[in-house]
Amino acid sequence: MRMLTFATRNAKEILRDPLNLAFGLGFPLVLLLLLTAIQANIPVSLFEIQQLAPGITVFGLSFMTLFSATLIAKDRGGSLLQRLYTTPLTPVDFILGYTLPILPFAVAQSAICYAAALLLGLELTVNILFAVVFMIPVSLLYIALGLLFGSVLTDKQAGGICGGLLTNLSAWLSGIWFDLELVGGIFREIAYALPFVHAVELERAVLAGNYGGIFPHLWWVLGYAFAALAAAVLLFLRQMKK
Amino acid sequence: MTAIEIRDLTKRYRDVVAVDSLSLSIEEGELFSLLGVNGAGKTTTIKMLSCLAKPTAGDALLMGKSISTEADQVKALLGVSPQETAVAPGLTVKENLELICGVYGFPKEKRNVKVKEMTELLHLESVLSRKAGKLSGGWQRRLSIAMALISEPKILFLDEPTLGLDVIARSDLWDLIRSLKGRVTMILTTHYMEEAEALSDRIAIMKDGKLLLCGTAKEIKTAAGTEDFEQAFIRIVKEGVK
Repeated sequence: MRMLTFATRNAKEILRDPLNLAFGLGFPLVLLLLLTAIQANIPVSLFEIQQLAPGITVFGLSFMTLFSATLIAKDRGGSLLQRLYTTPLTPVDFILGYTLPILPFAVAQSAICYAAALLLGLELTVNILFAVVFMIPVSLLYIALGLLFGSVLTDKQAGGICGGLLTNLSAWLSGIWFDLELVGGIFREIAYALPFVHAVELERAVLAGNYGGIFPHLWWVLGYAFAALAAAVLLFLRQMKK
Repeated sequence: MTAIEIRDLTKRYRDVVAVDSLSLSIEEGELFSLLGVNGAGKTTTIKMLSCLAKPTAGDALLMGKSISTEADQVKALLGVSPQETAVAPGLTVKENLELICGVYGFPKEKRNVKVKEMTELLHLESVLSRKAGKLSGGWQRRLSIAMALISEPKILFLDEPTLGLDVIARSDLWDLIRSLKGRVTMILTTHYMEEAEALSDRIAIMKDGKLLLCGTAKEIKTAAGTEDFEQAFIRIVKEGVK
């Protein structure tokens, strides 16, 4: 009950910011349309809709990191959290209260991206439903990163790091825009040591119905998600004690 | 009955002693002011009493409950109005009040009654459906205090509640604080001498984390040998009159 009250407040704060809706939903859809238009004129296998849709859907989640990090950082910067720390809300209430309301947004965003991809020619199969379900661990990863950054950065820093650095990392190191094999070398190794490309390849495998192909990508995503969540919880609790 | 019993309360931050062996007793229903120049230890004392910071040594009992070992029970007794206005900017005034009711676990019927009661007490009717972030500083402060009061606290901490308010808003707030005297135990910190003198039953003057003097405004003026309270404060802090 207490946690849900706090989670509802967080959901309202996110939903009522028009920039969140514009970036969270609008930007991935614009990218999907733009790249599909490019693909129609200059065919590139990477931009075929069954390859592109999972990539853009995963990339769209980087905005969830931005939303959660900014919300937490703003709360920390003001006195609202200080007030709430003096109430019966427990640390678990705070962490779940920040994490849970973003999860339905993330899943809804993914569903909308896939629905748009259907209009752009993606074949309608039950795999789309599974692809949305497999976005849950990917969403957890991005939300945990938001909790992590929000616990240590100011809202301006969170805007810069998550809005600038993370979205770029998530874009360039995920194999959405270009084939990482073409670059190769250290760039490819760094990309495969991070979770973003694994999240995209996981989604591509699910969408293609290649369930054997979800491994080892799922383990990478889950590993990073839990590590980020554990670090986020520790850092959030540390700042709470401060 | 004693509402707050402070025993040798100490807070050290590395080499700095923010609060040094503070001992005080505050009666139920009393309005008690903490005065001191910046860095005197007032806010740190309030932070410890409201379970936001753990004491390095000593303890305090709030309605018989220890801030060190029974923090959860202490939190259920408290209302805190922090130094900065602590409201959720994206929520309406009504939603802010409901948020606090929710985190204290009030059922719906009680929540509605309390929102109505606070709306009338703080004259919030005209701004009830407006977003808190869009309100003037005076309205936000009023809402912040309503949020501190709505949980029916036995003990209310008001950390510089009239800071930045205009003369009328300050006068209104003084009236409200006076109306609560006897019903709620209040601990007030302020830089305004006339505020402390006009409102307080007793006043404690702190410097460098230490308690210099505690008594009624009249007793303090007598101890300092002056009829002017501000002069008395200056003399006590500068010359260490006891």
